[in-house]
Formats: sequence, C-alpha cells, structure tokens
Amino acid sequence: MEVLYFAWLRERIGLPRERVETTAPTVMALIEELKAREDRYALAFSDLKSLRVALDQKLSSLDAPLAGVREVAFFPPMTGG
Amino acid sequence: MRLSVQEAAFDAGAELNAFSASVAGAGAVVSFTGLVRDSDGSLQAMEIEHYPGMTQAAIADIAAQAQTRWSLTDVLVIHRYGRLEPGALIMMVATASRHRIAAFEAAAFLMDYLKSRAPFWKKEIGRDGATWVAAKDEDEAALERW
Repeated sequence: MEVLYFAWLRERIGLPRERVETTAPTVMALIEELKAREDRYALAFSDLKSLRVALDQKLSSLDAPLAGVREVAFFPPMTGG
Repeated sequence: MRLSVQEAAFDAGAELNAFSASVAGAGAVVSFTGLVRDSDGSLQAMEIEHYPGMTQAAIADIAAQAQTRWSLTDVLVIHRYGRLEPGALIMMVATASRHRIAAFEAAAFLMDYLKSRAPFWKKEIGRDGATWVAAKDEDEAALERW
C-alpha cells in the first residue's frame, strides 16, 4: 500500500510517501511495524494523541482495519481555515 | 456551489460580488475571510501544506453537511495553499440563504469544520526559524456545538 506523511510527520520521517508491503491488520499494527524500523519512525509516531489517519483519503481511526485499503495517510491534527 | 483549493491569490471583493449576483432568491449573504496573522511582527511567511486528492473531497463533504442542516441557496469556499505573506488572504467562505440566520450559522459551521477537518497544515516561517501551528483544543471543542 501507499503510505503518505504530512507536515511534521513528513519532516521527521524524511519523505512524503513510500510503498509499504505489510500484512498489518489494523492501522495501529502498521504503526508498530513502522516504529520498529528506525528511530526516525519511532520518533514521528511517539505521540499517538497528536496523530490522525486517513484511509483512502477519508478520516479514520487508529484501530481501523486495513483490509482492502490502498492509501494510508498519517498527519498531525489539521489546521485549516 | 464553488469549492476551490488553489495556490493563486484571489480577490475577496470580486468573489463576494459574483457570488451575491448569482444567488437568485436569496435574501442574505454572509462571508468570512481569513488572513495570515502576524501577531508580533516577526512572521516572514506562512506555508500551507495540504493533501491533494483528499482536500477537495473533504471540503465538498463539509459543504454538503452544511446544505443538509440549513436551507442554503448556495455555498462558496476558497482555500489557498503554498507560501503566503503576512496579511495575505488564506481563505474565504460565503453562504447565501433566504433569511440571515441560516447564512450566519452555516458560515460559522463551515469555518469550524474547515479548521479541523479539512487536511491543511500551517507552518509559520519567522526570523528565528519555522514552527508548525498546533491545533487548539478549543478548535476541536468548537465542533461540539453543532
């Protein structure tokens, strides 16, 4: 699946998007996989309260299942307007 | 309904006049314009990042919710991204309805939701470096009144 990062998550991880091969059943399981990769991921995902996720471009939750999802986006709380 | 996510500057006066001229049957138009605020004179620019693909759909969803809740003649949303100078216009919403209450309430609803449910992130570039604008608890709490 495609995994996208925005704002300070993008800066901490150091890339805007990447292709991830995973069998993680939920968003939370995917986060744990990414955190285990490298320190920059562990740092980016260290504060789950400041983390939002969109699945196929719709806001979702960290416990949501990933079955059938093609695009996962991680970002901090939005600051539009 | 015109919903625009754009990098280019816009003329809020011209947009409002065109919107007002197009809303046959309406008796009220309410508009809000958001500017790049420079609180203490140290801001050099604001950079607004967004999520192309999701942004337009999220705004359309918010506007559709407003149209479900209030009887609106029309809705206008313009939101910019990219690098903006202090004082520049970031965004505007306008709502039109037969009577003023619906237009006022729908404009406030649109602003509350655009602030924390549309995928934009603001970064302030100052003399001493750059900082991401943090979402405020009261912005999230503002959604609860709807």
